[in-house]
Amino acid sequence: MWMAAVIPPDGKPTSMTQTSDPHVAPQADHADKARTLLQRVADLRAWLFLAFLILGFEFWSRIAFGGTFLFNPFNIQSIAIFAVAPLLLATGQTFVIISGGIDLSMGFIMGLAAVVAAHVINWASPGMGLGMAVVFGTLVAVAVAAIPGLVNGMLVAFLKVPPFIGTLGMFGVARGVAFLLAGGTTVPVKNEVFATLGNGKIYGVPYIVIVTAIFVLIMHYLLSQTKFGQHNYAIGANVQAARRAGIDIKWHLLRLYILSGMCAGLAGVLYAARFTAGAAQAGEPLLLDSVAAVVIGGASLFGGSGTILGTVAGALVIAVIQYGLVFINVAPFWQFISVGVVIIISVLIDQAQRRFSGGRQSE
Amino acid sequence: MNNMSQTPETLLEVRHLSKNFGPVQALNDLSMVVRAGEVVALAGDNGAGKTTLIKAISGVYAPSGGEILLKGKPVTFASPQEARDQGIETIYQDLALADNLSIGANIFLGREPMRKALGFLPVLDRAKMAEAAKSTMALLDFHVSRLDAPVSNFSGGQRQAVAIGRAVYWNAQILIMDEPTAALGVPEQRKVIQLIHQLKAQGRGVIFISHNLQDIFAVADRIVVLRRGVQAGERRIADTTHDEVVKLMVGG
Repeated sequence: MWMAAVIPPDGKPTSMTQTSDPHVAPQADHADKARTLLQRVADLRAWLFLAFLILGFEFWSRIAFGGTFLFNPFNIQSIAIFAVAPLLLATGQTFVIISGGIDLSMGFIMGLAAVVAAHVINWASPGMGLGMAVVFGTLVAVAVAAIPGLVNGMLVAFLKVPPFIGTLGMFGVARGVAFLLAGGTTVPVKNEVFATLGNGKIYGVPYIVIVTAIFVLIMHYLLSQTKFGQHNYAIGANVQAARRAGIDIKWHLLRLYILSGMCAGLAGVLYAARFTAGAAQAGEPLLLDSVAAVVIGGASLFGGSGTILGTVAGALVIAVIQYGLVFINVAPFWQFISVGVVIIISVLIDQAQRRFSGGRQSE
Repeated sequence: MNNMSQTPETLLEVRHLSKNFGPVQALNDLSMVVRAGEVVALAGDNGAGKTTLIKAISGVYAPSGGEILLKGKPVTFASPQEARDQGIETIYQDLALADNLSIGANIFLGREPMRKALGFLPVLDRAKMAEAAKSTMALLDFHVSRLDAPVSNFSGGQRQAVAIGRAVYWNAQILIMDEPTAALGVPEQRKVIQLIHQLKAQGRGVIFISHNLQDIFAVADRIVVLRRGVQAGERRIADTTHDEVVKLMVGG
């Protein structure tokens, strides 16, 4: 045939290969280095901001009260306890936001879980003993919290409902169910083990802080070291690419929203333990804090970026602002203003960064 | 089988392939072959059936008639994944890369290697990914110093190279490239043309779709021209001219 032996299959690279542009790659690499350094700094911005904030309060405290802010164990303890619930919500929210979604239902899933935990522990305590009742109540509450998560996941993954709308609907449903289960009031828990879990300390470190720290470490591992985490980043950056690479997007999203529901569930249980009561409105003010923590922590609401460690810094920033303003005796409403301003600044930084790295070399 | 040193092995053969969508005949009785180390250009106006053809070859569409032979054996693909498993990889125009991940992570996307940390904890094997990225990119004569940087840091042509590198790493024997130079500047286009030459030198078969006749003449060995779902002609690049190809494309 006429097309036989056009090119030997083991032929050397043709002359075209040598006419490469030697400057293309190195030039781009130079720009990469500068850009990557900038990205590193930007990634650390939440921690830098946290340090700056603590320093500010420290100065204020020394000048105004002649005492320390940071080196007071009570302050550190209080900030850590403040940060527990928003941080638990925010770890789940981090995963969802990286995937390009958002979970607005977390606050009321948390309330629902708090109410369920309170009821179940009260019901189980006489029969099971105090310790087992706490374990059982926690498992049931987290499992119940997974249900609205599952529904969120089905809405987003299979019915293609935008996450904002789907989880907003679930926000209403979870809220209603939580108030119905609570009978419109708070549900006190009578169980000393549960109260100890919520308020006890070991070497000055509250148990709920230890539980949260362990959970956050596990979530950090899940996001940064597993296929699930890797796929989450890929889906947030380019769903098409992820699908073509053979990732089961639906299955991933389903698990993702169940995970965020369960994070809210754990937050609800710890809330109930701390206040020895379940309340439907437990997580109501915390939803925005969770989104704020994620955004301050360096994640982009467009998806594809963010880390658990950044979110930890973000949650601490919010907790330090909230506690610090009370500490220096400012009217508590300033909290809302300052957290709001921090959120806006974070988003502006993210956009500036996006514009900068978007201007990649067109060569 | 063929004598390797004389006639390159036939990698892919399409025989009398047809595809209709209801009453619309998108592809009609089309036959073509791709040999090892050969670049076959597909040309034709919009709606000529190029995309239908490559989607049938890559497992996106099931053909209505005819057959596809891979190294002489008839094959059917239920999904693009099956085609990929058999060594047919499609490089899409819009680059199927996750911009926020490194080259290695993109190469392994969906098939990430794991290792055990501390003897028990399964973690992503980033070292292996980086190593594969380095060797694969070197194979394409493409050198990067920052293997951990997200691919959004790279230029269009470099990203195209990453997409090709992924196919090469997974040992694709046939690469289907849909307008790989369309969104690129001139120096980047040259880089991609070079990459195609590399693939050819490695004995892979390339199906190259382009509107740019200059690119086709720079890289292809043969050109298959489609018009309204049928083959309007097939020429050896060495034996044809721009004018003739254009005539085949528009008819008359």
